[in-house]
Amino acid sequence: MAERLEIRLAGSGGQGVILAGVVLAEAAGIHEGREVAQTQSYGPEARGGAARAEVVISDGEIDYPKAMQPDILLCLSQRACDAYVFDLKPDGTILVDAELVQHLPTTRAVALPFARLAREQVGEVLMANMVALGALAALTGVVSLKSLEAAVQTRVPQGHRKKALAALEVGALAAREHLAQKETYRPTESDADPL
Amino acid sequence: MSEKGNPGRPLLLQGNEAVVEGALAAGCRFFAGYPITPATEISEVMSVKLPAAGGVFIQMEDEIAALGAVIGASLAGAKAMTATSGPGFSLMQENLGFAIIAEVPCVIVNVMRGGPSTGLPTHVSQGDVQQARWGTHGDHPIIVLAPATTRDCFELTVLAFNLAEKFRIPVILLSDEVVAHTREKVCLPHPSEIEVVERLKPTMPPEWYIPYEDTPRGVPPMASFGDGYRYHVTGLIHDVRGFPTERPDEIVPFLNRLFRKIRQHFHEICRVEEFLTEDAELLVVAYGSVARSARRAVIDARARGVRAGLVRLITLWPFPRRLLEPHLGRVRTVLVPELNMGQMAREVKRINRGLTRVETLNRIDGRLIPPEQVLDLLLKLHR
Repeated sequence: MAERLEIRLAGSGGQGVILAGVVLAEAAGIHEGREVAQTQSYGPEARGGAARAEVVISDGEIDYPKAMQPDILLCLSQRACDAYVFDLKPDGTILVDAELVQHLPTTRAVALPFARLAREQVGEVLMANMVALGALAALTGVVSLKSLEAAVQTRVPQGHRKKALAALEVGALAAREHLAQKETYRPTESDADPL
Repeated sequence: MSEKGNPGRPLLLQGNEAVVEGALAAGCRFFAGYPITPATEISEVMSVKLPAAGGVFIQMEDEIAALGAVIGASLAGAKAMTATSGPGFSLMQENLGFAIIAEVPCVIVNVMRGGPSTGLPTHVSQGDVQQARWGTHGDHPIIVLAPATTRDCFELTVLAFNLAEKFRIPVILLSDEVVAHTREKVCLPHPSEIEVVERLKPTMPPEWYIPYEDTPRGVPPMASFGDGYRYHVTGLIHDVRGFPTERPDEIVPFLNRLFRKIRQHFHEICRVEEFLTEDAELLVVAYGSVARSARRAVIDARARGVRAGLVRLITLWPFPRRLLEPHLGRVRTVLVPELNMGQMAREVKRINRGLTRVETLNRIDGRLIPPEQVLDLLLKLHR
């Protein structure tokens, strides 16, 4: 069977996780030529409430369009993290907002402050979804940053495109710094057993 | 919303957006509707694309008026459509019966969500399967098609218009929330690759036109209002000239013709998609979004050495019994998974008459049945 990659983006209504899912699906499907299916689940509220988007990427026909066991999980709220963390594939990647998710359920989780980066470096907290998407791409390589940028051109309303593109960049940079830190990490005295 | 529509290039489209593309390709030039989750995107995209294609979009005060406007537009010669979900579909039932008895071609999209009443507005369900068949009062035929993919949404919308025009009957496209909101990559076919059917129009002089006269196909030619052919349209049982009648010798042939025009074309209307059925011992019968879970479960079951197969119902009504019956005599068990309490399973049981064992899998919590739930049951039934 064709390789199947599942990504779940979860948060609260209004954070833009569904738009992030659409941009990711457009990048993988239209700009990288893969097969994609993007689904969503949300409540009747315009803001608040749980929202999630899922993207399935494959080289073959996609039968079941939703995620069965996500390879990549992005959580923009504590509630989403608590609800979905154990759906993750055992060796899957979990990416969370470092400030919105206070309690990390696993040490493997990559925590980056998407909302703060969006507020401080992009000047728009609503761009946290795009910062996260940029980080997700840089961290996992599931799509290229270039494809995401192309998808933003068609999927993000014109007035917000410039900021969305900047946000992708900010997120990718944060993820690369995180990876670099991990690679250059050496145990130091302070890491040794304090007892 | 995509502004792009040129064929051949892959597009990332939602099921609902593909319905609009299909309608436009089929020649739909009139849409009247009232927004409702999870069908709203159809109205939304129609309101942009239909006027641009020279058509008319109108948001009505409610769903009763929406189908009323669609019937009027169709009588004036336009291919017309509306789209709604359960609560709105309930309101349309009276006019649906009118369109059936007056033989007015039109397409009604019902994107199923959890019910009854306002139910679960944003969650998936297949609770309207029997309503689509029997929701309007009186004995009547109906055509109902169920898409499972974005591509289906395009193709079956075209087919819905073609069948409506060919048989002068309302056709219901019974979609569901998952199918409607899933975005998938599709390449829309070039217009020259799509078959588009137009209703037969009278060719005789207006004074010779008998609007409801029987024909070998059972479908009389239909004059558009304004073409100079005067005739009467009513919801009462009518004679061949369209005027109310209570004479048994006119009632019976009329109603018989309504049923006959569908019954004698079953082979043209009834469609299923078979997947690994040739040697199947366990047969899954599914439709809509659940058919996608079922297909995955069949693949996974085969990988575990279980000879499973899938018949996906594309036409729900008329129930494609002649396509399903040959399988019943051959397989050990039939499993019917659905997002209701067993509305289609009862049809399978009705035609089964003891040929095989029919099992059901029902889910009513607004969530799609995942593949592993179907797989677990298949493995259990295999033992």
